[in-house]
Amino acid sequence: MFLPDFDYHAPETLAEACDLLRDLGPSAKILAGGTDLLIKMKHGLVTPRAVISLKALDELKTITHVPGRGVVIGARATHNDLVNSPVLHEHFLSVSEAAHKMANNQIRNRGTVGGNLVNAIPSADLPPILIALDAWITLVGSNTSRTVPLHTFFTGPSCCVIDPVDEILTEIVLPDQPTTGSTYLKFGLRRSGALSVTGVAAAVTMDGDTIVDSRICLGAVFPVPVRAHDAEDVLRGKTWSDELLAEAGEAASCCALPITDIRGTAEYRLDLVRVLTKRALKRAITEGHV
Amino acid sequence: METIDDTRKTTAGPKPKRYVIDLTVNGDPRTVVVKGNALLVNVLRDELDLTGTKKGCELGDCGSCTVLLDGTPVDACLVLALEADGSEIVTIEGVAAHGELDRLQAAFVDKAAVQCGYCTPGMILSAKALLAGNPHPTEPEIRAAIAGNLCRCTGYVNIVRAIAAAAEVEAVVEQGGEAR
Repeated sequence: MFLPDFDYHAPETLAEACDLLRDLGPSAKILAGGTDLLIKMKHGLVTPRAVISLKALDELKTITHVPGRGVVIGARATHNDLVNSPVLHEHFLSVSEAAHKMANNQIRNRGTVGGNLVNAIPSADLPPILIALDAWITLVGSNTSRTVPLHTFFTGPSCCVIDPVDEILTEIVLPDQPTTGSTYLKFGLRRSGALSVTGVAAAVTMDGDTIVDSRICLGAVFPVPVRAHDAEDVLRGKTWSDELLAEAGEAASCCALPITDIRGTAEYRLDLVRVLTKRALKRAITEGHV
Repeated sequence: METIDDTRKTTAGPKPKRYVIDLTVNGDPRTVVVKGNALLVNVLRDELDLTGTKKGCELGDCGSCTVLLDGTPVDACLVLALEADGSEIVTIEGVAAHGELDRLQAAFVDKAAVQCGYCTPGMILSAKALLAGNPHPTEPEIRAAIAGNLCRCTGYVNIVRAIAAAAEVEAVVEQGGEAR
C-alpha cells in the first residue's frame, strides 16, 4: 500500500503553518498524528498535493492547568499524552480513561486529540466526554482566532465547522466547573482496537444526593456526538436513585437515532444507550471523575 | 531539513521533491534521501535492509510493523519517514545486543511463544517498551501493552507467559486476564 506523491512542509511556527495552509489552498492537508490521514490517503479518499506537518510545533503538545481558564490541552497532544498526564489525573481522570479506550497503544502514541476531533467520525471516543465536560476549542487562522463550544463543532459524519483552507485547531479547554463526577463508558466488539458501537459520557454536579445538574453525551448513535437533553431534564433537581437513573436511560435512548451497520443494529445500539447511560450516571455520581 | 529539487520533468509532470533525513537506527546514525510519501516501514525495510520489521495490514491494526520511535512503540506503516527525522529508532535487529539474545527474546524461545513468527518482532518491541517503563507489570498490563499486536496463530497464552517470565512476575494465564 503506497501513498501518492506530495510535498512535505514542517513549519516552525503556528503563524507560518497558517500562512502555508492559506497559500497552498484546498490541495494541502494538515498532518498531526497521521493515524487517520495516512489511512485515508492509502485508500485514495484524500489526495493532497502538499502535507503540512505540525511536528515542529511543540507548544501545541502541552497539557496544563491555567487558573481561571481550566485545563488546556494542546491539539497535538497524543492520546497517550492524555492517558499519562498528571494534570488530567488531578482534574479530570475521566478524560485520561476515555483516551485509553481509543484503539491500541501504538495508535495512542501517534494519534492526537486535535486530529481525533477534526476527523469527526461519529464513533470517536473523546468527543462525548469532552462535550460532557463542556469543552471548547480554539481555531486559529492566518488572520483570525475563534473559540467554538465543542458541542457545536461537529456538523455531520467527517464534517465539522473548521475552515479546511485556513484554520488549525490549536487547543481544547476544559473550563473550571462545579461538576463533581464524570465518566465515559464504551462498548466495542473487542476490548482494544475496536471502534465504539456505542459510547456514553456523563458529567454530574451533585449536592449530597441531589443532582443539581448533569450533561450526558452519546457517541456513535447519531451523525454527530449528541447531548441527551431529555435525560438531563429527568435528573435535574432530583435525589438520585437507581429507578431515577433507569428512567434517565430510557429518556436518553429517545435522543439517539442510530443506524444499523457492521458493528451493530440500530435496536441494539438503542438498548446500549439505555444501559450505558444508567451505568455512566451511577459511576459519575458515586465515584467522581473516573 | 535539506531538500533536493530535481528540475527534470517526467511525463507525469515535475519530479517530486527529495528530502534528506537523519535517523539513529539501533544506535547507528543513518542518513537517507526520501520522497515526501516515504513511509518509515518501507525506509527501514527497503533502504536500510532491516527486514525484521514486518508489514501486515499496513493500516495500523495488526502491529507487525511496530518499532520504537524515541522509546515509544508506534506502527511504522503509519509514520512518514520525514516525521521521524532526527529521531531514535529501535527495530527488532537492535534488540539483541552483541549477538546475545535479549532477556525477552530468550523468554520467547524458552516459553515457545513463537509459532509462525510473523508477529514476534512487534510483540517483542511492544513488550520491551512496557518493561522499560514498568519492570514488573501485572498480567492485565501485559495484555493491554500487546493489545495492538495481533497473533493470528492465536498464541497469546505463551506470549503473555514469556513476557511475564522476562519480567520475573507470575502469569496466571489459565484464569484469563482482563485487558483494560
